[in-house]
Amino acid sequence: MSEAAIIRIENLNKTFGNGGNAVVALDDINLSVKQGEVFGIIGLSGAGKSTLVRCINLLEKPTTGNVIFDGKDITLLSDRELRDVRQSIGMIFQGFNLLMQRTALENICFPLELAGVSRKEAKQRAREMLNTVGLAEKENAYPAQLSGGQKQRVAIARALATRPKVLLCDEATSALDPTTTQSILSLLKDLNKKLGLTVIIITHEMKVIEQICNRVAIIDNSHIEEIGTVDDVFRHPKTQAAKKLIFPRGEMTKSIAKGGKYLRIVFDGNSSDQPVIANMVLECGEPVNIVFANTKDIDGKAYGHMIIQIPDDPVIYHKITLYLDLEKITYAEENYDV
Amino acid sequence: MFSSQMFVLVAVGFLETLYMTIISTAMAYIVGLPLGMILAVTDKDGISPNVPINKILGGIVNVLRSVPFVILLVLVMPLTRAIVGTSIGSSATIVPLVIASAPFVARMVESSAKEVDRGVIEASLSMGASTFEIVRKVMLPEAKPSLIVGAAIATTTILGYSAMSGFVGGGGLGTIAINYGYYRSRTDVMLIMVVVLVLIVQVFQEVGNIISRRCDKRIS
Repeated sequence: MSEAAIIRIENLNKTFGNGGNAVVALDDINLSVKQGEVFGIIGLSGAGKSTLVRCINLLEKPTTGNVIFDGKDITLLSDRELRDVRQSIGMIFQGFNLLMQRTALENICFPLELAGVSRKEAKQRAREMLNTVGLAEKENAYPAQLSGGQKQRVAIARALATRPKVLLCDEATSALDPTTTQSILSLLKDLNKKLGLTVIIITHEMKVIEQICNRVAIIDNSHIEEIGTVDDVFRHPKTQAAKKLIFPRGEMTKSIAKGGKYLRIVFDGNSSDQPVIANMVLECGEPVNIVFANTKDIDGKAYGHMIIQIPDDPVIYHKITLYLDLEKITYAEENYDV
Repeated sequence: MFSSQMFVLVAVGFLETLYMTIISTAMAYIVGLPLGMILAVTDKDGISPNVPINKILGGIVNVLRSVPFVILLVLVMPLTRAIVGTSIGSSATIVPLVIASAPFVARMVESSAKEVDRGVIEASLSMGASTFEIVRKVMLPEAKPSLIVGAAIATTTILGYSAMSGFVGGGGLGTIAINYGYYRSRTDVMLIMVVVLVLIVQVFQEVGNIISRRCDKRIS
């Protein structure tokens, strides 16, 4: 991954409608995506993330602000020049958006036809792409004959047929089941590594970000709340918006006894294979209540969170934090009173 | 009553009706297909919104569609005479048929085009397709099954109009039905014409449905 920014968004604003009915969708967005990274943009529905990704290839025209792609401010381009630039920015969607009356192969040929590639060359390139996404045997299948995961693979092959530098993914796995989501995400990661493709992922699911992104931007209420490496944001979420996404309230046990303190314990590659909580309980001799736990594999290392509730007693609190300090386990006191 | 003379009469009427219907439908599509696509594209939610053009063309279409066909038949007679040289016979009837059905065809085409999934169009835009490329390579092929069903409906409607033109000597089965069945009170002739017309409509509609289903890849 090089440090050069392939996409820079500067002071971008987007307002829908005007006058009294104006709705601000994006408010002063600034971010840059480095060449070759997998960049995630996460937010709850209505946060503005889909509008933001559409501003990157100007499917949505920003009200003010600039989008710099590969050193060029694309907001200044003519329609014709913009169409050329769009061929270097692939995009996939939640609904796949394949041409239903074309076979898988013909779908992949489509952007090549637009780019003026000869029919023969287009077919050859399309076959190559079908191979890359592991669907070589489905070239004559129509979208209606493919499963959701296969459709998204065809969509990926189509988006990458013209060898774009960037792939935009708009909720690309949100319509897929967990297993298929995994396989699509690993395909994207693979393409990112093999082709040096920059991938920008829009999602509302933290697990998608955790699994393949290098950096993440958290968007809430039309604002970017936080940008950082996934590791950092995941371990030390600074803003309320980030915390809300990392621990969706719905997932926490509702029947928490009132009172007590909450500690968020962060696991990293070193500690998740050890019985940390069990050791802590044995060592300190104090009961704790596990309120929320979530561990997973990120980039080959195990990460996770656990929120425990401990009795509201300074002595016990001190004993437990001392133990955690000694074991070099990251933790933070959290306030989760409902 | 079924003399060979009557058989020839029906056969000629049948061929005249087919001639009027097919030529008129074809010409109505030459005008209506582009017009319908322009209406769909320039709509405020279309891919290239253009309110003035959309309003003007939409207005013309609405005005023409609201004139009852029998009245239009009489209204355009001077034009018909100017183009064809006469205002009676099946060739002359083609003129009002096209004028009446092109706006109808345009609306059918517009509605088929608007059925095309917005997401697919957005994906095509993201790949750098121009408005014209989207019309030609996305909207028309994706709407094909719906366009074919629309064409079957348009054909049968035009067939009905052509029969109506029988009142002003338009030729075809309609003229026979009116001349014999109405003016000479030959109810049997009228019934035969009605049966033949019903059969033609059934055949056109069914053939349209079959072709539409055959070419639709959404159902495997």
